Amino acid sequence: MSVASDAELIRFVHREARLIDEKRFDEWYELFAEDARYWIPLTRGQQSGLIENSLMFEDRLLLKLRIERLRNPQAYSQAQPSWCQHVLEAPGIEDRGTATGVAVMRTPFLYLESRGDHSQVYAGVAWHHLKTVNQRLAIAMKKVELVNCDAALPSLQLFP
Amino acid sequence: MTRYRANPDAIRALVRSGEVHRDVYTDPELFELEMEHLWRSAWVYVGHESQVPKPGDYLTAEIAGQPLLMVRSADQGVRVFYNRCAHRGARVVSAASGNCGALLRCPYHGWTYRLDGTLRTVPLKAGYAGSGLEESPAARGLSPAPGVAAHRGFVFARLAAAGPSFEDYFGESLSSIDNMADRSPAGRLEVVGGTLRYLHECNWKLFIENLNDTMHPMVAHESSAGTARDLWRDQPPDAPKPMVIEQFLPFVSNYEFFDKMGVKLYENGHSYTGVNFSIHSKYAGMPEYEAQMEAAYGAERASAILGEIRHNTVYYPSLTVKGAIQTIRIVRPIAVDRTLIESLTLRLVGAPDALLERSVMYNRLINAPTSVVGHDDMHCYRSIQEGLEADGNPWVSLSRNHSREEDARAIAGVYNGTSEVSVRGQFRAWLAAMAR
Repeated sequence: MSVASDAELIRFVHREARLIDEKRFDEWYELFAEDARYWIPLTRGQQSGLIENSLMFEDRLLLKLRIERLRNPQAYSQAQPSWCQHVLEAPGIEDRGTATGVAVMRTPFLYLESRGDHSQVYAGVAWHHLKTVNQRLAIAMKKVELVNCDAALPSLQLFP
Repeated sequence: MTRYRANPDAIRALVRSGEVHRDVYTDPELFELEMEHLWRSAWVYVGHESQVPKPGDYLTAEIAGQPLLMVRSADQGVRVFYNRCAHRGARVVSAASGNCGALLRCPYHGWTYRLDGTLRTVPLKAGYAGSGLEESPAARGLSPAPGVAAHRGFVFARLAAAGPSFEDYFGESLSSIDNMADRSPAGRLEVVGGTLRYLHECNWKLFIENLNDTMHPMVAHESSAGTARDLWRDQPPDAPKPMVIEQFLPFVSNYEFFDKMGVKLYENGHSYTGVNFSIHSKYAGMPEYEAQMEAAYGAERASAILGEIRHNTVYYPSLTVKGAIQTIRIVRPIAVDRTLIESLTLRLVGAPDALLERSVMYNRLINAPTSVVGHDDMHCYRSIQEGLEADGNPWVSLSRNHSREEDARAIAGVYNGTSEVSVRGQFRAWLAAMAR
């Protein structure tokens, strides 16, 4: 049996991006399973987040820290807040998870992050590994492959 | 209009007792002069030998506006050349790194060079008969960097023909590189895991001054490290800390902690904080690794190596080293208000992967363009870059723990950790190179 219906899997991916764009970070955080990772590799085809550098390789604790910091009035880099928008291609179902219990979704995207008069645009592919926890879909891993992952980047402050 | 070129008196007037003029951070002409005088007379960091293990392996770097190429040659030596074909001037290789095989070959007209830089072949050579090519600079092949020296695998170049020797330039400050390499049971380091590249929209000096600035963490990093502290607040004191918490918490240590940490200055702008202890001192022990170190060095020497827990060492102006956590940051100025900071992770050869995991985590948490610590630092650097446009006061204060007596003597020595003396030491080196 697949992890969820195709429509549910696709809806989940769209909702995940929307929660970031609307800064509904507490709801977003709850999408991640206890052992989840949110990973932005530094290099193409990167094998490990543990022994190779990544842009992000966040567990729930680090995600919580980022979310709480964004609310901290002393987060000076957010005195002028950043805003972002994901524009997703239709999420593709790579694996329904029938055998593994983990569905794999592939979603090419554009991502704009803006702060004051400056905007940055990124393109890439998001991979969602989704499993069922307590009868609800949850993220086992979100891996974001940026096209320019190895470029010299300015501060990237939200969540592609 | 040139204000500073060929005007050493005007440059000297920028550095006063305990303060500097804002132009040192904002003036494009001074930036050009820094690249010509300071950066080319200094020993600047190029790369690590472990990044070019085999003959033909190369990496490229832009240093002080100069395209450079570091390559492992057939005799296993590591050489540094200007990355410029002797013929018409194309860069010989363009990738950040790679392997060129037995020869370097220009992509334009196919001139080839041996890995020692000598010219090997020129297509249709008969066309040069009687042309005088043999006597021209082109016949000499790739131009080597005027000075090249390596220490424990760290390769530096000096781009001016004359200048201090490598040993005189760095002196005892090389002990920080030694300590990092000695932390490997085999005494060797390897660069691994990719280069974090963080574009800083600020003058290069704002970055490098911050590395031994211990009065900012409790302010600038309250939002990140303070949040880590708050998330951990309800845990019992003896609860084992996740590595994330262990790495973040010391950033919000109090002023007394950072003051007692101490700062050591050398001549030529080099310095390190963490003379007595540092933010890395309370990491959990790793018994397997400590046993390896004792086996390799003996108990006494292993204890001395691991007991030296320095914070940041600044190899002015191009490299900062964090030996206790095995990360380095490379400073590549691009423009007066633009600097690329590259952060690398080093593996202690022979040590367990747990140490590498710690280094990788630290590098990501602190040095990545996605780092919440980096975001607040970057915000402050950029705020300075913009704030210095203000005309009300053109002077930047560096006078913390300064005295007139200090101006009259050599600056090398050990000071209290919260002193701004490391920045004053950097400006002494700056002035010596700029006002010649």
